[in-house]
Amino acid sequence: MLEVKDLIVNYGVIQALKGISFEVNEGEVIALIGANGAGKTTTLQTISGMLQPTSGSVLLEGTDITKVPGHKIVSMGLAHVPEGRRVFAGLTVLENLKMGAYTRSNKKEIEDAFERVYESFPRLKERQNQLAGTLSGGEQQMLAMGRALMSQPRIILMDEPSMGLSPIYVEEIFNIIQSISKAGTTVLLVEQNAKKALAIADRAYVLETGNIVLSGNANELMNDDSIKKAYLGE
Amino acid sequence: MGFLTYLINGLSLGSVYALIALGYTMVYGIAKMLNFAHGDVIMIGAYMCFMCMSNSGMPAIVSIVIAIVCCTALGMVIEKIAYKPLRKATNLAVLITAIGVSYFLQNMALMIFGSNPVSFTSVISWEGISLAGGNLKIAGNTIVTIITCILIMIALVWFVKNTKPGQAMRAVSEDRDAATLMGINVNATISLTFAIGSGLAAIAGALLCSSYPSLTPYTGSMPGIKAFTAAVFGGIGSIPGALIGGLLLGVIEILARAYISSQLADAIVFAVLIIVLLVKPTGILGKQIKEKV
Repeated sequence: MLEVKDLIVNYGVIQALKGISFEVNEGEVIALIGANGAGKTTTLQTISGMLQPTSGSVLLEGTDITKVPGHKIVSMGLAHVPEGRRVFAGLTVLENLKMGAYTRSNKKEIEDAFERVYESFPRLKERQNQLAGTLSGGEQQMLAMGRALMSQPRIILMDEPSMGLSPIYVEEIFNIIQSISKAGTTVLLVEQNAKKALAIADRAYVLETGNIVLSGNANELMNDDSIKKAYLGE
Repeated sequence: MGFLTYLINGLSLGSVYALIALGYTMVYGIAKMLNFAHGDVIMIGAYMCFMCMSNSGMPAIVSIVIAIVCCTALGMVIEKIAYKPLRKATNLAVLITAIGVSYFLQNMALMIFGSNPVSFTSVISWEGISLAGGNLKIAGNTIVTIITCILIMIALVWFVKNTKPGQAMRAVSEDRDAATLMGINVNATISLTFAIGSGLAAIAGALLCSSYPSLTPYTGSMPGIKAFTAAVFGGIGSIPGALIGGLLLGVIEILARAYISSQLADAIVFAVLIIVLLVKPTGILGKQIKEKV
């Protein structure tokens, strides 16, 4: 589904990614875990075309999308829920969702997408005429996810969806991610909450200062001593 | 009747300010920059219109259309050459570049058209109407200017609200990166914004010079600054704000000129701006959304 090969990304003189490779297979939930500054967000931003890598490549369903500009990637079936939610604060919930379907023109498909999103996030329907900036953090996260789903992606990248949320919302967000996956969308999840991420992921990659240091089955990683110590606080 | 005449003239001048202010406010809202060359695009538009009408004898409407096309293209070219390479630069660099572009346009006009004022023939040949038994005369220029401004404003609000490019503009003005993630081409959207703003500047130029017919390469700079003031006054980034700011500014200027002092009129206009900003720093319709985290 998604293949990242020897990706190197530089910010000026700082090398944020030092040649990472990984793949995401169709239907999987893949977790990318690691500390602050490990390069998780950089990885997602490079995949979705917001950043240009120095070298390496990104393949989406076999097509090289490394040089494809960011705005063209959505219509290829990849959606990205950015870090910090980034909802359009001055637009209503409804308008935000419409923005998510920007690349689609088939009215019927857009209506279907609305139905599906409202089904997964009933609260968004209740608040559809409210300005997005007035929603609570958890609701904004739901909106950001719903907005990404409006493009009906085959793969969705999520950057720290649980960041800054109350425990109840964290629980809910992870449940939603699971149901998105069950509905057939492949998920690449970046999280600092390693415990939760490993609990719902099939496989995981551990990123440390721009390198993948560990990878494997999520269950195995959860029982790995070094992971327990560094990321699970046990 | 004197007061009513002044008021109507003020609304007419204000309509022109509003049209120009639209260019400032849209570009600010979407590209997050102050395009100080905008006033000079008006001047170029007016010269284009003048050349077509007075030098080539084309009908007024054709001349205006040509001026609109030229200014639209000019706006897009300026954006592409001068501002696009600075997309990630500091605001100050962009601002200085905009001032540079402004001087460039003025001096280019000086080279081509010379510094002597030319007498602009009004694009509106209609004499106007006479009300209250001839006591209240409203010039055709005035009426057409006000109506044009209102129609454009309605069209623009509709465009931004209901069309796909309009949607893209709103998204880009809210959050550029998030807009890209939605599949919106940010560069194309910014370019479109400059195109619309500059096209409107051409109309504003033709209407302004129809009421105030002396045209020089510096004609655009003062109305440009006043329209910028109007945009800030109404709340920069807001389209209805540009209308309200423009109309208020026009009316204040004309009334101040009539009743207080014609020398002090401009000073009064800017004094009002300062007071408004002291009381409400975001302008009359300025957005102030508190975001929850």
